[in-house]
Amino acid sequence: MSTVDLNFPSLIDVPKTDEPLKAKDFKSDQEVRWCPGCGDYAILAAVQGFLPSLGVRRENIVFVSGIGCSSRFPYYMNTYGMHSIHGRAPAIATGLSVTRPDLSVWVVTGDGDALSIGGNHLIHALRRNVNLKILLFNNRIYGLTKGQYSPTSELGKVTKSTPVGSLDYPFDPVSLALGAEATFVARTIDSDRKHLTEVLKAAAAHEGSALVEIYQNCNIFNDGAFEQLKDRQTAADNLIRLEHTQPIRFGSESQFGVIRRQDGIISVVDCADVNESDLLVHDAHAVDPGVAFALSRLADQVSLAHTPIGVFRDVHRPSYDRLAREQLAQAQSHGGSGDDELQSLLEGKDSWVVTD
Amino acid sequence: MAKTTEVRDDVIVRFAGDSGDGMQLTGDRFTTATASLGNDLSTLPDFPAEIRAPAGTLPGVSAFQIHFADHHVRTPGDSPDILVAMNPAALKSNLGDVKPGGQVIINTDEFTKRALAKVGYDSNPIEDDSLESYQVHAVPLTSLTVEALSDFDLSKKDAERAKNMFALGLLSWLYSRPTDQTRAFLEEKFARRPEILHANLAAFEAGWSFGETTEDFAVQYEVKPAKVPVGRYRNITGNLALAYGLVAATVRSGLPMFLGTYPITPASDILHELSKHKRFGITTFQAEDEIAGVGAALGASYGGAIGVTSTSGPGIALKSETIGLAVALELPLVVLDVQRGGPSTGLPTKTEQADLLQAMYGRNGEAPLPIVAPQSPGDCFDAAMEAVRIATAFRTPVILLSDGYLANGAEPWRVPDASALPDLGVDFATEPNALDKDGDPVFHPFKRDEATLARPWAVPGTPGLEHRIGGLEKADGTGAISYDPANHDHMVRMRAAKVDRVADTIGDLEVDDPSGEADVLVVGWGSTFGPIASACVLVRQSGGKVAHAHLRHLNPFPKNTGEVLKRYRHVIVPEMNMGQLSLLLRSKYLVDAQGYNQVRGLPFTSRELEGVINSALVEVNA
Repeated sequence: MSTVDLNFPSLIDVPKTDEPLKAKDFKSDQEVRWCPGCGDYAILAAVQGFLPSLGVRRENIVFVSGIGCSSRFPYYMNTYGMHSIHGRAPAIATGLSVTRPDLSVWVVTGDGDALSIGGNHLIHALRRNVNLKILLFNNRIYGLTKGQYSPTSELGKVTKSTPVGSLDYPFDPVSLALGAEATFVARTIDSDRKHLTEVLKAAAAHEGSALVEIYQNCNIFNDGAFEQLKDRQTAADNLIRLEHTQPIRFGSESQFGVIRRQDGIISVVDCADVNESDLLVHDAHAVDPGVAFALSRLADQVSLAHTPIGVFRDVHRPSYDRLAREQLAQAQSHGGSGDDELQSLLEGKDSWVVTD
Repeated sequence: MAKTTEVRDDVIVRFAGDSGDGMQLTGDRFTTATASLGNDLSTLPDFPAEIRAPAGTLPGVSAFQIHFADHHVRTPGDSPDILVAMNPAALKSNLGDVKPGGQVIINTDEFTKRALAKVGYDSNPIEDDSLESYQVHAVPLTSLTVEALSDFDLSKKDAERAKNMFALGLLSWLYSRPTDQTRAFLEEKFARRPEILHANLAAFEAGWSFGETTEDFAVQYEVKPAKVPVGRYRNITGNLALAYGLVAATVRSGLPMFLGTYPITPASDILHELSKHKRFGITTFQAEDEIAGVGAALGASYGGAIGVTSTSGPGIALKSETIGLAVALELPLVVLDVQRGGPSTGLPTKTEQADLLQAMYGRNGEAPLPIVAPQSPGDCFDAAMEAVRIATAFRTPVILLSDGYLANGAEPWRVPDASALPDLGVDFATEPNALDKDGDPVFHPFKRDEATLARPWAVPGTPGLEHRIGGLEKADGTGAISYDPANHDHMVRMRAAKVDRVADTIGDLEVDDPSGEADVLVVGWGSTFGPIASACVLVRQSGGKVAHAHLRHLNPFPKNTGEVLKRYRHVIVPEMNMGQLSLLLRSKYLVDAQGYNQVRGLPFTSRELEGVINSALVEVNA
């Protein structure tokens, strides 16, 4: 059986496999050492399960991570991988991606790694649109350092470092990414394998930076942080699944919807109170990020009521990698780059000869 | 009037003016003309950190010194023979350096009451007798320039701006410099602004004619070309030579280069220059900060490019964690540190060599890495190639320590034959290098080369060699995460041993001791080469015996370093820091190396070091 070339714009220069790979081909020989019950296991399985569908060679896939529980991820993938230092994975991956168009480069990071110590690198990678797929495992807590609040922990969070409650107002990673000019921004959940896989695939296809926030349960230090969105009883009325070109509806009976009011504000309504045609139709390709941003503000930071998941934004802008390589190619089209050209560069315009 | 011509073997000129007066450009043009005449030369630009410091103030003075001669020149010179002072501040802050009896050209137009008061002159030094011991040329440079440009449709302000070209014309006449290069330069620079071009040319010519006709200047000087080895020469600054060394390393390795960097004085020109040379496969990336610059460079190295980052001391502090990661990953990385005065922001535009210990030890854990230092502007070319050689051959970060003096200083440089430069080709790993317990071939990313102890450079995209690396300690050989106590001890020693193996690939420390009978040895590193070598010449001219050794490699030291040090009764180590190399030499070799230290933001003068050496000679002979 041969593989199907999906013609993903982000993978155009990445060599394809002759023989299809399987999930087990992506499992390394290292024993996985996350805590039993950690949401990271589900994400690892989903990634290993979905990568074969890309049809690219295993040796041309690289995972780069920072520091934190999530950042152990590369060790468990039988691809090339680098477990780097805290917060710097997007910077390191930028240098790799820009110089190696034949690689599919993935960054695995967490809420502390990406949004606290590495916040600067994340926003700049996004605005440049470097061809990186960034998986941000958000568990709203510091796990590896044993339970301090993170930049996504809710205000008032009681943790080891905030015994009387956190004073830090949290980031919403989707809002942050949209504000940072990201061309692809999505959110998904560790426990929803099907949704997770679909979002990963859309991210993989995107040329340029793709930020995927993955709600991930830390069963040791922040257990049940996303239970509202996972429990069958509560999820239906809280979780909003965004689907491109579809009116935004949710609820156990699809009884709720999202509209854009005349004053421009986006709000949740009871569908009985509005016409079907009044419902907001999700457009991930909208050039203006305004509506996507407004959708990212719907969720309540504490209760997680009205949390949209899915692809918020997916627009085309040439990747930094492509533009950089075009400048190189343009310069190289003017002639050689060997010893003769070097000689002429070194001599310059103002040289003189000394003879005996 | 009839002018006489005097031949001089050695001249030092200093141009000094306000930051907006164009003194650096004037000095640069004078240098190009001087270089093309075949004089040997050395320059020292000295300018404030502010782009436009308040006009007419002492902190706003920008100066450029050039030393040129009919013989080998090693330093920009101690005391100018002639000072061009464009305003009272320039006169006040530079006069003290001028040789007794030296010439001073003063732009009288700027010596107004207000300008004099601003820098604390109670009376006009041109009119009182405070300049008695100098030959003063009081010239209204500004008004002569405006007058020369009266036919041009220019505002007074624009006309006044050409006064540096008038000064350049005057000095060009005074020292019989050729004018073709200056004309060609102006024609290129102002090709699209003919009015400005012609005004500048007219000002330049007016300056020349003024020298030729006025009685004030009775003597014209000539300096014959220097005797130098045959070959093609050009003028080059340290930063340009560093950039060219990197281009050469790219060509001679056949590898792409990636510069990840963040603008910082005095290193930014390396980025500016390399960004022009994309045709050689060089990608430049201006990152969001110093950390991202080095991170991206390391990522590029991981992918098989030559990863380079350029910065100054404060940037090294920020990059330290990533450099430590490169030590742990054992990947090539070239880190260029153009040192400036510290600590903290310190003296951004002034020189210092106080980052040596930061380069040696400024990382957490045991994280040794090789260090190289160029000794002159032109030598930055070879040092850059050497840094790339060590980094790629030993899979290690290398720090190159230049400094502000080398970066902006210039000298004639014999252009090498590109095809005879070292071949820096590397071998990437392509095949498994070990067997697993079942006897199947596997890849061990930390299996080492027996000679260099370097691990294989296996880049992503190579089938069958998929592996993971990281900052966690790893088992030697397999590279698997290992917290085993004995393995960690072994790996720490192994990384140090690998850096020590670099010494197998560098030459011995050479000693310049013409008499062979010296008791005193001067040991230096980096940009102090010129002043130390000149000082040794001065000492020997007056009958003293002194030896000089200069360290290109600061880690590891050449193998014979200890033996050399122990051969002398007295060892002096002059440094522009508080004694960093002397600390290393004393601790490693248990020799009583005596530091001579100053941190004034300026290079040593030869006379100063001559005094230091002579005192040591007296002590030794007592």
